[in-house]
Amino acid sequence: MTQNDHQPRTDEAAPPTAGRPGLLDVRDLRVEFRTRDGIAQAVNGVDLAVTAGQTLAVLGESGSGKSVTAQAVMGILDSPPGFVTGGEILFQGRDLLKLGKEERRKVRGAKMAMIFQDALSSLNPVLSVGAQLGEMYTVHEGLSRKAARGKAVELMQRVGIPAAEARVSDYPHQFSGGMRQRIMIAMALALEPDLIIADEPTTALDVTVQAQVMDLLAELQREFTMGLILITHDLGVVADVADTIAVMYAGRIVETSPVHQLYKAPAHPYTRGLLDSIPRVDLKGQQLYAIKGLPPNLTAIPPGCPFNPRCPLARDICRTDLPPLYEVAPGRASACHFWKETLDGAR
Amino acid sequence: MPESYVPKEAITHGDGGTAALAIGEAESLERPPGAGPPSAPPTGKPRGLWSDAWHDLRRNPVFVISGLVIIFLAIIAIWPQLIATGNPYRADLAKAQAGAEPGHPFGFDTQGRDVYTRVVYGARASITVGTCATAGAALLGSLLGALAGFYGGWGDNLLSRTADIFFGIPVILGGLVFLSVITSSTVWPVVGFIVLLGWPQVARIARGSVVTAKQNDYVQAARALGAGNRRMLLRHIAPNAIAPVIVVATIALGTYIALEATLSYLGAGLKPPTVSWGIDISAASTYIRNAPHMLLWPAGALSITVLAFIMLGDAVRDALDPKLR
Repeated sequence: MTQNDHQPRTDEAAPPTAGRPGLLDVRDLRVEFRTRDGIAQAVNGVDLAVTAGQTLAVLGESGSGKSVTAQAVMGILDSPPGFVTGGEILFQGRDLLKLGKEERRKVRGAKMAMIFQDALSSLNPVLSVGAQLGEMYTVHEGLSRKAARGKAVELMQRVGIPAAEARVSDYPHQFSGGMRQRIMIAMALALEPDLIIADEPTTALDVTVQAQVMDLLAELQREFTMGLILITHDLGVVADVADTIAVMYAGRIVETSPVHQLYKAPAHPYTRGLLDSIPRVDLKGQQLYAIKGLPPNLTAIPPGCPFNPRCPLARDICRTDLPPLYEVAPGRASACHFWKETLDGAR
Repeated sequence: MPESYVPKEAITHGDGGTAALAIGEAESLERPPGAGPPSAPPTGKPRGLWSDAWHDLRRNPVFVISGLVIIFLAIIAIWPQLIATGNPYRADLAKAQAGAEPGHPFGFDTQGRDVYTRVVYGARASITVGTCATAGAALLGSLLGALAGFYGGWGDNLLSRTADIFFGIPVILGGLVFLSVITSSTVWPVVGFIVLLGWPQVARIARGSVVTAKQNDYVQAARALGAGNRRMLLRHIAPNAIAPVIVVATIALGTYIALEATLSYLGAGLKPPTVSWGIDISAASTYIRNAPHMLLWPAGALSITVLAFIMLGDAVRDALDPKLR
């Protein structure tokens, strides 16, 4: 799964063939933004792996590089200012970074698709939802407009939009937030892609609708055995649907773990901080825990462990040596020099 | 639309698919080709942005009135003799500056020519200059502006600086220099000159609105779902960026007709054998106290024309914005 940055890989021998394992294999991905204020290192050596039918949650606060990683994988990074400066993105055995523009475009939508946070702004306001759903078929499969429209109605029914055939000519603003997000999901699913990246798909929705949308997403994922990357900052959303979690901080993965193990005993102080800052009913009335300080400025990431200025466990070594990803347990890794202490519950 | 809970059974299985197919078949049976009812039901054949806009426009009185006025103007521009049987050049100096009389409802100008006939014949020059110059400037400007805004980079810089150079050319002085070397008595040199000076304004607006539209999430989403550059620009960006261009173009149309009048007044625009409202307005302006009818009729025709185009532009802009529906 996730590899140590600083040591040679051991499972390199496995051939990168399209099979059930290794749907997406991101290795040492690096992305930087060249801005007027300097170079912002948004992603600094990220390793991710998703297999078919698996859900990987990428967790992190704003600016941790989770969305940028997703955009780099999709190939929709705004460039300039964003540039992929290193690593490889193996998708079904092919390195996407080595593909031509046109080949890459054909992968988008057909093989991997993306669901965005705000469905209202992610749907074109001047086109009816039927036209936008149908576009998936006219662009990628060359269907006629009429046939595409039939497919659009079918899709809308599949994602649970009532009276789909009557509403197919409606415009995005005529739908409620939850219905719009269902339409976004329908668009992403249209061509039955092998991988879906959902970038905070429920953040813009209210809580009851959030649960419905997540259920729908999980259900469709099972049905099509797709790989799903769920990008979120909401630990509550993650627990129910994800198989594994990758926690990102300052453009790095700081902890990766099967979901239940992570909730039970985090192996990185940052993850612990995140879990402790969830409001809990049994601690009602007490002060809510918050991680002190702010995430680092990406144009000047502190030396050593990027989390050290905010870390309650920080010692001298943390200010000088960047911790590699230590294997904590099979399938679990933590980029903390003191992962053992953290795991044992030290603060 | 209230959020309604949908039972999971309705989502998971293939039933949805077959149901949709059945509906599709029923629809095609119900509506054999060419026999569709005039007012399409919501489940009718797919309509695009433009056909939706047209559907709305037909019901908009502002559009209908301005459209009829423009059609009328276009007809008299092509066949002025339909409503004016006289000769616009026939001068009767005995009637110079005389008021209305039977058979000459608008009176006579300084040289004793029938103002009514000249107003009718003048439509051709003004409408030709106005529409052709606007169409040229709008097409050239929006094409260059959209490409520059979409692709950015050095092309964008080159276009912006070129536009700045054209902005720096003084209109009247440029017109005098450029048009005085051309001896053609047709409207085309004037049209060409106005397009040359007019496109940067449109390009700047088009570029700005494309840059804004490009940043919208749905453009990113379209890209993430595999749309190519051309499709993104034509289908997702252009319809969302076109409204300001239409507004600028309709306003410019009036300005261009007035600019033609100004240039004609200075002797650099249309040359006198051509009949134009601009030439007549300039000629009449000196006599506004003695014979205001010589000014008011061509000026009124000019105003109605400009108003009709601006109203048309307004209606089209509103129709292209589904949120106003």
